[in-house]
Amino acid sequence: MSAAAVVLENVEKRFGDVVALDGIDLEVRPGTVFALLGPNGAGKTTAVRVLTTITRPDRGRATVLGYDVVHQSARVRSQIGLAGQYAAVDENLTGRENLRLIGRLTHLGRGTANERSAVLLDRFGLAAAADRPARTYSGGMRRRLVLARALMHEPRLVILDEPTTTGLDPRSRNELWDIVRALVADGVTVLLTTQYLEEADQLASEIAVVDHGRVIAQGTPEELKAGVAPTTVVMTFDSPDAGRRAADVLAPLSASPPTVEGATVELSAHDGPGAVIEALRAVDAVGLAPSTLSLREPTLDDVFLSLTGRPAAPEQPPADASDDLVRTGGGR
Amino acid sequence: MTTTAAPTGAPRHSRLGWTVSDTLAITGRNLLTYVRLPQLVIFSTIQPIMFVLVFRYVFGGAIATPGGSYVDYLMPGIFVQTVAFGAIATGVGLAEDLGKGLIERFRSLPMAPSAVLGGRTTADLIRNVFVVSLMAAVGFLVGFRVHTGPGSFLVGMLVLLLFGYALSWGFALVGLSAPNAETAQATAFPVLFPLVFASSAFVPLETMPGWLQAFAGNQPVTVTVDAVRALMLGGPVVAPVLEALAWSLGLLALFAPLAVRRYRRTQ
Ligand SMILES: Nc1ncnc2c1ncn2[C@@H]1O[C@H](COP(=O)(O)OP(=O)(O)O)[C@@H](O)[C@H]1O
Ligand SMILES: [Mg+2]
Repeated sequence: MSAAAVVLENVEKRFGDVVALDGIDLEVRPGTVFALLGPNGAGKTTAVRVLTTITRPDRGRATVLGYDVVHQSARVRSQIGLAGQYAAVDENLTGRENLRLIGRLTHLGRGTANERSAVLLDRFGLAAAADRPARTYSGGMRRRLVLARALMHEPRLVILDEPTTTGLDPRSRNELWDIVRALVADGVTVLLTTQYLEEADQLASEIAVVDHGRVIAQGTPEELKAGVAPTTVVMTFDSPDAGRRAADVLAPLSASPPTVEGATVELSAHDGPGAVIEALRAVDAVGLAPSTLSLREPTLDDVFLSLTGRPAAPEQPPADASDDLVRTGGGR
Repeated sequence: MTTTAAPTGAPRHSRLGWTVSDTLAITGRNLLTYVRLPQLVIFSTIQPIMFVLVFRYVFGGAIATPGGSYVDYLMPGIFVQTVAFGAIATGVGLAEDLGKGLIERFRSLPMAPSAVLGGRTTADLIRNVFVVSLMAAVGFLVGFRVHTGPGSFLVGMLVLLLFGYALSWGFALVGLSAPNAETAQATAFPVLFPLVFASSAFVPLETMPGWLQAFAGNQPVTVTVDAVRALMLGGPVVAPVLEALAWSLGLLALFAPLAVRRYRRTQ
């Protein structure tokens, strides 16, 4: 029995020629939020499907709360709650019926299933819509229903596959984040996948960056961001000439040489807001004023750039990325 | 250790008990869908009703049947046709659940895997009971009369419901193998069409050319229709009914394991 809540050990999974998981390793400590961060096609959903016993690994070993996903799959299933990437709900059933069905199928007993549905509908702001068919729900409501469903049988491990990638406005996203935080406060372990560095940063205490079916970097959000291009300050001036002059005076402030494109200058700074003040002073001193100014927080792309020297692989590789074709070609 | 850990406070059941309970839960869920979307059932009922009316009043006069009236000859055929085409819904429903990711969700739950197929086929059996009862009512309205007795009539209904249930498992296999619901539907139709129409459902076999009789006389729709007809209209019943049961049970024994295996493999 391992102390880790989730273990993937050299897990491999192929679909025909496509290597979805290429010997992935990871370990999730109980009671924490762990983020699998990676671009589309990295293998996140496949890892989730292996851990939820939906698909069997071709090679390697995977355990959930000490139980092997292949040999003790029934045990694994009774301990986990999955909120899948596509928020599949039973459209013709009401929210309440969706939850009760899962309650029955997770063997809660009718009374408990009814109580638990009511509690969760209430907690996730679905009480008013509880008796409407789920097909009338908005994207945010669906997400919350899917999450409530994953929690019906009070699982010790909750797996969220890209919980906020599609169909969520910023407010719904923040609500969902709050729910995840509350779960961990209750002692549940959460494994979530995401394409957003910000989301992983906000929620997780540990992040694994996945690419082409393997972990290419792992650490706390701070550790990962430390190695990454810091905040970018973007300033646009009146003319390319002004841009060039600004870049000259800004160079000493930037962590790496500023880039100039037309009248737009970008500099990277470790302390975003502080850098803005200094940059404004510096350009003001030579009589320049930017016409626009913005800050760009690091993204998954920046992490990839710093880790691999290239941006996150697009799902459809460009025609000239021939060395990538071997691995991602044939994918859908 | 293979004992299943039930959550504390949960009612205790045997493994079989849980399988039954899970199957009933899925059955209820599918029936609820039929209730919420009555057009699914209504459309699958309107078509056979139109068949009754067309064959009874349009073609019926031109079709000579041995002894008795054509409507009496027709109704057992219509009943079997109804459950046969109704079985397509099993495949379409599974293909839809698969496409929407609902099956994937079920697979991550601590439920009996066989309940997804068992619940779907059971719901479709119950739907067939409803639709066939409605067809019988329509039949009685247009002059259909049972020549035997209510007991034989009910046995006839059971024989054809079993046939529909066996076909449901066949189309479950189709639905699980099809890339989407439309394909499941499109695959099922050309299989069923010759079986239903090159059979004794609407016309006596003797009116068909010899080569067609050879096919029509030895396929399950004809066998089932003949058994149901014997049970409802009279004549020797033991041999035809046994033959019909043998076909249905044989199809069930073939398709149920194949469908379950396919379900296990679907990833
Ligand atoms: N069932 C499948 N059949 C064929 N290829 C698949 C299947 N599932 C995933 N893949 C491929 O495996 C790779 C990883 O996919 P996935 O795990 O869905 O990535 P992510 O969730 O990170 O976007 C992709 O190239 C994808 O096309
Ligand atoms: Mg995915």
